[in-house]
Amino acid sequence: MRRGQNLAGWLFTAPAILGLGVFLLAPIILALWVSFRDWSALAPLGTSTPVGVKNYHDLLVRSGIVQTDFARSLRNNLYYVLGVVPAQTALALLLAVIVNAKLLRGKTFFRTAFYFPSVTSSIAVAFIFIFLFSPNGVINAVLSALLPGTVDTVWLNEADGVLHIIAGWLGIESGPSGGNIMGLSAWDWLSGPSIALTAVMILAVWTTTGTFMLMFLAGLQNIPEELDEAALIDGANARQRFFRVTLPMLRPTLVLVITLGLIGTWQVFDQIYAMTSGGPQKTTLTPSYLIYREGFENSAMGRAAAIAFILFVVILIFTALQRLVLRERD
Amino acid sequence: MKAIRYLLLTTFSLIFVYPFVLALTTTFKSRADVAAHPVLPWPLDPSSRAWENVLVHSDFPLWTINSILVTVVATLLRLFLDSLAGYSLARLNWRGRSLVFGFVLAVIAVPPIVLTIPRFLVLKELGLLNSYAGLILPLAVDAVGIFIMKQFFDGLPRELEEAARIDGANLFQTFWRVMLPIARPGVITLAILSFQGTWNEFLLPLIVVRASPSHWTLPFGLSTLGRGGAGGQTFDYPVMLAGSMLTIIPLAIVFIVLQRFFVRGATTGAIKS
Repeated sequence: MRRGQNLAGWLFTAPAILGLGVFLLAPIILALWVSFRDWSALAPLGTSTPVGVKNYHDLLVRSGIVQTDFARSLRNNLYYVLGVVPAQTALALLLAVIVNAKLLRGKTFFRTAFYFPSVTSSIAVAFIFIFLFSPNGVINAVLSALLPGTVDTVWLNEADGVLHIIAGWLGIESGPSGGNIMGLSAWDWLSGPSIALTAVMILAVWTTTGTFMLMFLAGLQNIPEELDEAALIDGANARQRFFRVTLPMLRPTLVLVITLGLIGTWQVFDQIYAMTSGGPQKTTLTPSYLIYREGFENSAMGRAAAIAFILFVVILIFTALQRLVLRERD
Repeated sequence: MKAIRYLLLTTFSLIFVYPFVLALTTTFKSRADVAAHPVLPWPLDPSSRAWENVLVHSDFPLWTINSILVTVVATLLRLFLDSLAGYSLARLNWRGRSLVFGFVLAVIAVPPIVLTIPRFLVLKELGLLNSYAGLILPLAVDAVGIFIMKQFFDGLPRELEEAARIDGANLFQTFWRVMLPIARPGVITLAILSFQGTWNEFLLPLIVVRASPSHWTLPFGLSTLGRGGAGGQTFDYPVMLAGSMLTIIPLAIVFIVLQRFFVRGATTGAIKS
């Protein structure tokens, strides 16, 4: 019997191992090899030449357009992550708590409405947002109705950084010279997300909140009701019950939502491709988009592969940092 | 308190639903109407131009057929291979099992975007660029699916398997005739995740069949619609939105019919941690 299971065990998993091996493991090893070579993707792979760490060196160390573009992509994606992850987590938690309330009418409708954007095609949703954010679009129409004057921002063409705009209101038009890191001045690093990137961030929050709301709902339903009732009897008000009882009990879900959020936001691609193609003035360039641009438009496959591995390391660092910050304290 | 709650819920419902409603009605507007009355949820001068454009003058029907083909084949393959592997990892006793399971867990941790260039390399070397096989095979097995099915089989009672073996069924028959039917809720959840993921997949067609329009699927074909002018900055909104609606509607129907399974699919992530 045991002997038969040994054979069957391998036979049953063999197709899956083969699939994962050929389309996941082998590709990664091959790409790691390519990241140390110069290859245009047009000629056969065998004609590529070894270049040592040149691809990594060009991206991280050597001054030039390759380095500044990569630095820009990291800056943009960093602001994207810092904006989207807290916003989607907080909004998902808020919606979950409201929808979870006892005796709520139309619970299913609200849950469905909030979740629906999460299941739709990223390109279709990006198109809807191009329309909403167009110069004559809904966003400007609503803002014009709410604010004095007419708002006619060309959202997806606006390269000014949000922090630069705020600094401008305070009369600061440029930073001190110097502070150059990876080819970008400190002033450039501190630009904040551009208006165009902000529009993509709003889209991201809108599409991902629903999924995370469902995770929080599942987490909330696992909290025993007696706990809340005990706190109520002890005289805790609603706010104390939320912060002292509900939130600590939700910690595992919170960690999961933030982890998935970090992993997802560092990979933003489809929306950038469909909405801005990295522009205006490279303010929506992200490492993921840069992988595509370098590999498939500039035929620099070695460099594209190197960006992919650096991005992988960045994602690992961020998830590790997050675990460190959110670790259980006694 | 109650009033605030309903006010918030209504506001957010509007924010989440109104864009879809507006997108749908805008497809019946003329371009001038769109520019003049962007917020109005009905056309002042109804026109079927956008729909004719998409259905008659573009390859949308072809993209739809390609999407259905790729989604159905990839999902069926994934269901079979993932549940077979999941069953083996959950229930069979074999040397190397924990090693293989460790490999599956490690694969889950790889972010998909990192695979863009690697997948292109392998598909190119295998001669699968610009083919249906290139669109389907990389999606035919997934580590998360194997994990979900393993968890599901772990939770099933053992008595039925023993009964089947006493009746003389071999291991594959036991899996196929006895265990897989009981695992139906898990299979449906996986089917939904796979259907949704494959139907919406954009990156893979972009790198695999970009150069071959006869293989384009809906999301990729859609991404080429309605752009004009230098740098693609002039948009034909009714056409773009009609295409978007056609891409969204099939999934919306599946979503509404099988909603509870979608909810379960989304929260399996929460369970797995």
